[in-house]
Amino acid sequence: MDVGIVSYGAYVPRYRIKPEEIGRIWGVDGKAMGKGLMIYQKSVPSPDEDVVTIATEAARDMMARVPDVNPEDIGAVYVGSESHPYAVKPTATIVAESIDATPAMTAADMEFACKAGTAGIQACMGLVGSGMVEYGVAIGADTSQGAPGDALEYSASAGGAAYLIGTKNIIAKINKTLSFTTDTPDFWRREGQPYPLHGGRFTGEPAYFRHITSAAKMMMEAMETKPEDYTYAVFHQPNGKFPTRVAKQLGFTPEQIEYGLLTPNIGNTYSGAVPLGLANVLDHAKPGDRIFVTSYGSGAGSDAFDITVTNEIENYKRENAPTIERVLENPVYLDYGTYAKYKGKILMSE
Amino acid sequence: MRDVAIIGIGATKFGELWNKSFRSLGIEAGMKAIEDANLSGDEIDGLFIGNMSAGRFINQQHVDALIADYSGMVTNHIPATRVEAGGASGGVAFREAVMAVASGIHNTVMVGGAEKMTDLDDASINSVMDATADAEWEAGMGITLASNYAMIARRMIHDHIATREEIAAVSVNSHFHGALNPGAQFRKAVPIETVLKSGAVATPLGMFDCAPISDGAAAVILCPLEEAKKHTDSYVKVSAVAQASDTLALFQRDCITEFKATQVAAARAYEMAGITARDINVAEIHDDYTVAGIMAMQDLGIYKTGEAGKAFLNEETHFDAGNVAVNTSGGLKARGYPIGAAGLAQIVELTEQLRNSAEARQVKDAKYGLAQSAGGNGSAVTVSILEAI
Amino acid sequence: MASVAKEWREIPGRYNLQGTKCENCGKIYFPSRSFCPKCRRDSIGKMTPVKLDRKGFVYTFSVVHEAPDCNNRQKPYAVVMVKTSDDILLSGQLVDVEPENIEIGMPVRAVLRKLDADGPAGIIHYGFKFVPDY
Repeated sequence: MDVGIVSYGAYVPRYRIKPEEIGRIWGVDGKAMGKGLMIYQKSVPSPDEDVVTIATEAARDMMARVPDVNPEDIGAVYVGSESHPYAVKPTATIVAESIDATPAMTAADMEFACKAGTAGIQACMGLVGSGMVEYGVAIGADTSQGAPGDALEYSASAGGAAYLIGTKNIIAKINKTLSFTTDTPDFWRREGQPYPLHGGRFTGEPAYFRHITSAAKMMMEAMETKPEDYTYAVFHQPNGKFPTRVAKQLGFTPEQIEYGLLTPNIGNTYSGAVPLGLANVLDHAKPGDRIFVTSYGSGAGSDAFDITVTNEIENYKRENAPTIERVLENPVYLDYGTYAKYKGKILMSE
Repeated sequence: MRDVAIIGIGATKFGELWNKSFRSLGIEAGMKAIEDANLSGDEIDGLFIGNMSAGRFINQQHVDALIADYSGMVTNHIPATRVEAGGASGGVAFREAVMAVASGIHNTVMVGGAEKMTDLDDASINSVMDATADAEWEAGMGITLASNYAMIARRMIHDHIATREEIAAVSVNSHFHGALNPGAQFRKAVPIETVLKSGAVATPLGMFDCAPISDGAAAVILCPLEEAKKHTDSYVKVSAVAQASDTLALFQRDCITEFKATQVAAARAYEMAGITARDINVAEIHDDYTVAGIMAMQDLGIYKTGEAGKAFLNEETHFDAGNVAVNTSGGLKARGYPIGAAGLAQIVELTEQLRNSAEARQVKDAKYGLAQSAGGNGSAVTVSILEAI
Repeated sequence: MASVAKEWREIPGRYNLQGTKCENCGKIYFPSRSFCPKCRRDSIGKMTPVKLDRKGFVYTFSVVHEAPDCNNRQKPYAVVMVKTSDDILLSGQLVDVEPENIEIGMPVRAVLRKLDADGPAGIIHYGFKFVPDY
């Protein structure tokens, strides 16, 4: 039984801040920072937005594109994030109510740094593929925080994408998924702490690069494929540099990763990054296109997916919700003061 | 059913009265009314109090007992009733009191309105006001009462019912009269530019479009018309008190640029009094927001839709303009707006006008006076008509 | 602290614009009602849940400068009355637009946003707000 993507939806808040504006406050050449990271602006959530509202917007767009799917047939909702509004009380139930999927369903929130969204896709694949549920929803969304003055402040942004996994009318078949997981403490946040800490350059070779290349090689071995067999590739993208480098290391071309690389334009949306990149690819994909996806979550692990776009994508009502290109139109730029106010970084009197 | 007269009136100054408590305000107004009616106080056999929110403003519930106690009425253990209907609390209390006397069940009744607002901070005060709209679906969604009236104003301007200047003129008129009223909170006339340029509250309305936060109380004493002359020569007849209700939320209305409750209450009142809108000489209307004043004059049938604004702008509403004088007390805007007291303060002013004691703001030959008191989004409206004897 | 039940009870209306339809006369009400004010007794047992369309246009608006405490950090903010495409009038906030760009007649749609929270440790209240439609 083929299991795959039935629908998808994506949302990024409209506000942006540029690295030169952040650098201006901290006495750093922000423009150079941005160039070094290959991040030219990042998205900022409005004070009334959070992972719940972002996940809901993406999920509602996902449902709008499949008007014939009865939300009551959704058997599972998983939301992966590292900035859930509650430490205890799931985001997934609020999203589930907002898309009318309740009450006959299971739900949970996931955390695995930036790969919590793709972990949710894998869980849904299992539930759907085993016949336990008819449809599963997996969402990756974040409103990640960067400590003031820290390097992460230039990249940590907000956004998310939602995926409806099923077996009927799938627009993209997931041929295989596998993962490479180890205990590697490259980036973490203790309970109660507002900002994460990281191991500096340790986050590179032993963490990001090791896990992505291992998972990617395992996948190509299992599928007996080479990079040129794929039309598109999407890699996790904490900045613009890492995915560009890992793609080259693995043998993928800049053209293959172009659509799937959104971080230079919106910053690192953490759990939303690969889901959003994949959504942009699907916005442009044609039947027969093959997509190679490898996410990465600190801590650490990579989920790889081998996906083939089906003919069904021609019947798919993508126009019922805005494409990523449309979502990213007409951003509004903030100064650092407004950014700090929106992100709750200012010490208030209460 | 017998006719009812007003034999005594009293009111405190309205304003930020830091050294006056709720109970002292209520008593002060009541004592003035008793004195004005030449009574001892023992004659009072019923007490009605209009008060919107002592519970939230000063944490005091059961204010009927508080007023009955501190007014000394409790020695005779008379029945005391507190009435709440948002901004119309005073108007509704007045109607209840009139009905009590008209029915024959009561003979000499005091009805007062009192509010002590300034013991709370401004943001909390505004939250209490916002709760007179739909607390769940308006206030709970970020809609303030001021923003509702602002949305009405914007739609009125869009539909060419009134211009921004005409709406602002309601405040200019109130301030013009407030300058002539010693009891008013604001005693200075203002030019229209001041209103138009005032700090934004909820666009297009600014600070000068909105009635102030005030402390104050007003009271009147009622008795059967045939007994009035036993007590005083300067009494006034209550010709009609009518009341109407409407939806709680503004968005539930079919039309937001009129208050059906005012129209219905007015029609009932004119019929009860045996007159028409054309007979009214002086009107006290509920200008908690300037735009409400425009709507009131149209909903009362005194001006046609689209005409009330012009009347305000052309100063046809002044006490000496020879037309229908509007808000000679200074209205809610300049006289002040201690919520529960507003409806009674209107009755006090009309009584002064009809018995010729309004001094510097006296309307010549005033025979019929009308008071319109409204709550929330116009969800409760009373229209009372008084007649000079 | 506000009762959690009070907010939870309103979730269908707050999240999904669920109102009621009188099956007797066909009129739709928001928020939900247990009987139809027009049909009265004839409507008892005939009120069914119905979701309003999330799209509509601005009927009137105001930009609030004097804000209640819960919205203090977002002032000035816009409030609107919206006529939905099923002809129902609703009130809510309008966000993601500059105040000077708001016009009567502009198309909007309802989205889920944070309304407020019971302090930093209390429950977060979500509900509908409007944004300009594409």
